[in-house]
Amino acid sequence: MADLTSEFVGIKSPNPFWLASAPPTDKEYNVRRAFEAGWGGVVWKTLGSEGPPVVNVNGPRYGAIFGADRRLLGLNNIELITDRPLQQNLREIKSVKQDYPDRAVVVSLMVPCEEDAWKAILPVVEETGADGIELNFGCPHGMAERGMGAAVGQVPEYIEMVTRWCKQNTRMPVIVKLTPNITNVIYPAEAAQRGGADAVSLINTINSITSVNLDAMSPEPMIDGKGTHGGYCGPAVKPIAMNMVAEIARHAETANLPISGIGGVTTWRDAAEFMALGAGNVQVCTAAMTYGFKVVEEMISGLSQWMDEKEYSSTSDFVGLATPNVTDWQYLNLNHITKAVINEDDCIKCGRCYAACEDTSHQAIEMSEDRVFSVKDDECVACNLCVNVCPIEGCITMKTLEPGEMDERTNTPVSAEYGNWTQHPNNPSAQAAE
Amino acid sequence: MTQSPLSEGVVAGRLDPAQLTENFGDLHPRLDNHEALVAADRCYFCHDAPCMTACPTDIDIPLFIRQIATGTPEAAAKTIFAQNILGGMCARVCPTETLCEEVCVREVAEGKPVEIGRLQRYATDVLVDANVHPFERAAATGKSVAIVGAGPAGLSAAHRLATHGHDVTLFDARAKAGGLNEFGIAAYKSVDGFAAKEVDWLLSIGGITVETGKTLGAGLDLATLSDTFDAVFLAVGLGGVNALTVEGSDKSGVLDAVDFISDLRQASDLEQLAIGRDVVVIGGGMTAVDAAVQAKLLGALNVSLVYRRGRDRMNASVFEQDLAASKGVRIITNASPKAVIGNGSVREIEFEYTDNDLNPTGQTVRLAADQVFTAIGQTLNAEGLPDLDGGKIAVTETGRTSVEGIWAGGDCASGGDDLTVTAVAEGRDAAEDIHATLMA
Ligand SMILES: Cc1cc2nc3c(=O)[nH]c(=O)nc-3n(C[C@H](O)[C@H](O)[C@H](O)COP(=O)(O)OP(=O)(O)OC[C@H]3O[C@@H](n4cnc5c(N)ncnc54)[C@H](O)[C@@H]3O)c2cc1C
Ligand SMILES: Cc1cc2nc3c(=O)[nH]c(=O)nc-3n(C[C@H](O)[C@H](O)[C@H](O)COP(=O)(O)O)c2cc1C
Ligand code: SF4
Repeated sequence: MADLTSEFVGIKSPNPFWLASAPPTDKEYNVRRAFEAGWGGVVWKTLGSEGPPVVNVNGPRYGAIFGADRRLLGLNNIELITDRPLQQNLREIKSVKQDYPDRAVVVSLMVPCEEDAWKAILPVVEETGADGIELNFGCPHGMAERGMGAAVGQVPEYIEMVTRWCKQNTRMPVIVKLTPNITNVIYPAEAAQRGGADAVSLINTINSITSVNLDAMSPEPMIDGKGTHGGYCGPAVKPIAMNMVAEIARHAETANLPISGIGGVTTWRDAAEFMALGAGNVQVCTAAMTYGFKVVEEMISGLSQWMDEKEYSSTSDFVGLATPNVTDWQYLNLNHITKAVINEDDCIKCGRCYAACEDTSHQAIEMSEDRVFSVKDDECVACNLCVNVCPIEGCITMKTLEPGEMDERTNTPVSAEYGNWTQHPNNPSAQAAE
Repeated sequence: MTQSPLSEGVVAGRLDPAQLTENFGDLHPRLDNHEALVAADRCYFCHDAPCMTACPTDIDIPLFIRQIATGTPEAAAKTIFAQNILGGMCARVCPTETLCEEVCVREVAEGKPVEIGRLQRYATDVLVDANVHPFERAAATGKSVAIVGAGPAGLSAAHRLATHGHDVTLFDARAKAGGLNEFGIAAYKSVDGFAAKEVDWLLSIGGITVETGKTLGAGLDLATLSDTFDAVFLAVGLGGVNALTVEGSDKSGVLDAVDFISDLRQASDLEQLAIGRDVVVIGGGMTAVDAAVQAKLLGALNVSLVYRRGRDRMNASVFEQDLAASKGVRIITNASPKAVIGNGSVREIEFEYTDNDLNPTGQTVRLAADQVFTAIGQTLNAEGLPDLDGGKIAVTETGRTSVEGIWAGGDCASGGDDLTVTAVAEGRDAAEDIHATLMA
């Protein structure tokens, strides 16, 4: 079996699956059971300053959207940081870390944007024996209204300043958790790097309203007739999170900044994808909240099977392997030509490909009297829509035309040369290829 | 083809070869990849799942189904085999409708369970077909264990003991290993020689020597085994059968259903296997159903399954009863055999109707019969074995018998249902206890 041990900013864990800072990591009881179930590490639910803890709403704090068969695809929450006393959390962190020295225990923090507040909390966290800290600059609701969380994460200068305070006042590695509620994730990532961050983690949750109660005319979750935007997470946010991870990983200035990938990780494959894009490990919240801690067993067995098949001996072998292949649109090879192919044996004749192509795309699918569907190569632009709407995996595939083959749509032979937009004759600012 | 279902007497070749091949094809063909993903998607990954509890081998069903759903059927197979090394056969033969699938929350809620058995088949076939054996032996312990009986209980124990590094000798009276997997299970549940293939795959762990043609009580004796080996595991199944004792039972054409099935399973050419035009099967369990269905599939015109009590008392599950009915078997209940009638060979068999408590009613019925298959219970040949309990070897939870150093499990041992999966569980658990004892 492949070796899943992982080292992230010097923090070792038996596998790269950490629980993200959230309810699953809010107390010793949970974290012990998570470790027993096999999780490699946790980021403890965000702690605030000493003093009266925050209070949460006492009505529903979650909303959700579902796929077929009521599969939870997206979760939204209006929960705040931990509402348990600081000292109790610290005691519990210390006790868990003592009993599980091989697991990663990172403590998430969010205190007011004043150096003294950070100076006060860092030593007491250090004293627990925790492996590192994560700065929660992401919480998009409630805390942001009080000038913390996303309110910091949306201002690169604040990120840099707070990160620097932390680096100056603790020996623990500092991970900066980024909010996706920004225009360009590079700015906060660069700010964290300037402040001396050991790593960034992303994403925190996305501002969202998941549903509206049409009788009460209120967003949900609804508290006494009113709702507020909450943080969106779960499988639905994975594409957004992966893009942000990839952007940081391929950006020259931040390319060497370690990344902990978060957002919708539900299976081993999700984790492998995040890591291929440059994340050194992953954090999980919604999958655990949906299926329980045991879900990590599949992540472990699946990742190690895949690594064995690919002959990767350690997780670091494949981290970032996909990063160089993330590029800008303008560099995509416009001479690469594919055509959709419908496998008649697999086709169940539902006609969804036809509807999609005929009504909304390029009228490139033909439907016979007896419901045989075939692609018209002279019309197909290879958009992939038919592949995506077909209910049968693998029934419609894309065939690559070899150089020299005729593209019947354009009546030109396929070129063997790489040619992108920057060189294209239709591009007014193209440099003529020499 | 010269014979047909209508041909009189007991004759071979009632159906043409193509029809026979179709009849004896896979009862539940393997799911293809798409079907497996769709079926796996229905699993809710329940907490402390009822299906797991219902499985006698405690397979982590939610986990293996999730592993299928995430594209790693190989990992799913490992999850299954870790608990049940005969998970491939069990996927084919388990009465899932009374085990895991009966308690699936979706069966309870919607009357439509997750297809656990078929998903298990899908996953296990991937590794067995690829001949990948996912376990390795621990370092040799120098201990030796004798196992008598190479059916599911014996094979399961042998594998677990071999995995722990012990040297196992597996004795069986028959010429082939596999027990009822090879000789008893209905042909359409285990097609293409799967039983033998699975045995070879299981044995590839190493450390297991199979000695066929070795019979306890005729050449092998328990005392010698006990002296020669560090431990003994008895897994001889139920070799004996209850005989029909009514008048005329000795007429030719009256056969034991288990023998009929065994002949059928071992037949190299089903076209050569003779079957009556009118066949009557006596009994109400899985064996009776299997005999009746297979008689019908061979081309018998009329097959009746006659049980002495009401339907609800039949041991065969509703699924099995429905299967029989769908193949054209007529199920007659509340009728007890009175006499076998015929001149040398059976022509008719007379039954008397009885109520559920077997009180005779005085009303009788005669059925035409060229063959009568009896499936009225199997028994243990108990001579020279440790103490019995209710006709079977008395054992503790972990298979310990009344004699120190001798364990027993499977059909021959007390406790548990007479099912393949139960035999596997008992073999495994006894092996763990033997291992713990030998290493103490
Ligand atoms: C016709 C039939 C159909 C069945 N169908 C199903 C089904 O669909 N699903 C299901 O779950 N269960 C089914 N069963 C029950 C299932 O087959 C048994 O519960 C299971 O095989 C028991 O396993 P075992 O290892 O205890 O015994 P067996 O499978 O009976 O194996 C015992 C082995 O011991 C050997 N042996 C016996 N005596 C001696 C001796 N003196 N010396 C040496 N070796 C000896 C035998 O040759 C045999 O190989 C069926 C049973 C029958 C008879
Ligand atoms: C109920 C809930 C509470 C959360 N609380 C915190 C928190 O206190 N601190 C934090 O950094 N992130 C918090 N998060 C965000 C998660 O750590 C994680 O970044 C996000 O859920 C995306 O991952 P996922 O798709 O695996 O759930 C919370 C998420 C949820 C659902
Ligand atoms: S999950 Fe638990 S705490 Fe939350 S609403 Fe349900 S019962 Fe209450």
